[in-house]
Amino acid sequence: MPVVDLATAELRTLNQALHHQAPGSNETAWEVLNPHGAHAVAVGLNAPVTVTIKGSVGYYCGGMNREAQVVVDGSAGPGVAENMMSGQVRVKGDASQYAGATGHGGLLVVEGNASSRCGISMKGIDIVVRGNVGHMSAFMAQAGNLVVCGDAGDALGDSIYEARLFVRGSVKSLGADCIEKEMRPEHLKLLGELLGKAGFDGIDPTSFKRFGSARKLYNFSVDNADSYG
Amino acid sequence: MCGIVGLFLKDKALEPQLGAMLAQMLGTMCDRGPDSAGFAVYGTPRSGLAKVTVQSPAPDEAFSGLAASVGGAVGTEVAIERRGSHAVLTVPADRLEAVRDHIRDQHGTVRVLGAGDAIEIYKEVGYPTEVAAVFGLANMAGTHAIGHTRMATESAVTTLGAHPFSTGPDQCLVHNGSLSNHNNLRRTLARDGIRFETENDSEVAAAYLTAQMGQGSSLGEALEKGLDDLDGFFTFVVGTKNGFGVLRDPIACKPAVLAETDRFVAFGSEYRALAALPGIETAKVWEPEPATVYFWER
Repeated sequence: MPVVDLATAELRTLNQALHHQAPGSNETAWEVLNPHGAHAVAVGLNAPVTVTIKGSVGYYCGGMNREAQVVVDGSAGPGVAENMMSGQVRVKGDASQYAGATGHGGLLVVEGNASSRCGISMKGIDIVVRGNVGHMSAFMAQAGNLVVCGDAGDALGDSIYEARLFVRGSVKSLGADCIEKEMRPEHLKLLGELLGKAGFDGIDPTSFKRFGSARKLYNFSVDNADSYG
Repeated sequence: MCGIVGLFLKDKALEPQLGAMLAQMLGTMCDRGPDSAGFAVYGTPRSGLAKVTVQSPAPDEAFSGLAASVGGAVGTEVAIERRGSHAVLTVPADRLEAVRDHIRDQHGTVRVLGAGDAIEIYKEVGYPTEVAAVFGLANMAGTHAIGHTRMATESAVTTLGAHPFSTGPDQCLVHNGSLSNHNNLRRTLARDGIRFETENDSEVAAAYLTAQMGQGSSLGEALEKGLDDLDGFFTFVVGTKNGFGVLRDPIACKPAVLAETDRFVAFGSEYRALAALPGIETAKVWEPEPATVYFWER
């Protein structure tokens, strides 16, 4: 298993080595030591490799990920798994602001808390947070699922399009055009699958509430002018 | 952008290393603010004595005879310790205002950057590691310290535009962000008699907090009130004689990480700034909540 120690190796060397993994490569498990909060660790991966980072990372870890499994054995700075396409990014600690922003696919799991703007402008990614999410989470969310096992901060789902939001704890406030919706059997099934994929067994899907778009801001109506603020 | 670091020691055994620890932290934040840098170090107060940190663009000339001149004005011997473009005058605590007035009236090229029982302030244009080296930060001891690396947005890159800003005894503030109502607020505070040295928005925030504390508010209360009166983006770290506070605006775009162990509380704009601290692996590390006041006092 390749082990890259960022106390001595250049970050760029690590990322280039990861980018050069050809399909079918046998080097499928990588370990990164001493990240010390470095930015852009394991970004732009495009192969089914597993990268385990032993420690906390800074901005944009696992950004633009495709196919790879990235595990942060620590906390992540802003923009973890930003614009992820597929694969999985797992943060064992907390994630800072805009985790999973603009993600098109794949699964982001945060075992601790995620701070503000989690899943902002998400476009198909699944995000499962074991703890809480901060304010403005799922702002302008377009597609995908955000599962919050703890509480959500202010203005959840503001200006949301079509993503599904599931929250088990309290929601401090809902954003414009975000409403609570009925939890139908297909949603419970989906939620159960997402919790299972995240490895959070023993959490009952029926203990969540579902939120989504009221679809009143899709087209401009003068009656809604105040909601656009 | 800008980078902030702060360190509040709980364990006295670490006090001789305060400067070395802060210098290392500051060095990690160079890329967040390569324009200029500064720091405030709080040492142990000496009974009856106060420190005045002064700066001059022409220090050789300006500082020669300064101690004797100030000493003559206040009728006692005044010690001076020079570090680069700065110097620290040790004066009788009860003559602080007289010293300030004398310097302002008689030494036109000398600026007072800060004064108090415990605070020393150093700031200069240049790459942060070089600024720290010029002033010998790594050899300084103390109880708590705050540092800043500046990427200028709201005012020019000058020595006086660097952070920290000190607008009251033993007080200082560093800021990452930009305020949008600082001109109005500056006018209001100036009407109340507060003197401003720069056009900088962060100096207004510092003066605002000084004014609040001057009216009897604690640091915590002053920060709390700041949430109502300061408009814009901010992560502030504020130092006082005994303590250290943190406040982020309600939107909280500007990054912040806190870490606490039995030995210290540390602040960094990013985790990178904290990564080399002793025992960080087992420290409580968290992101301060928006619009929430945090402070520690001894």
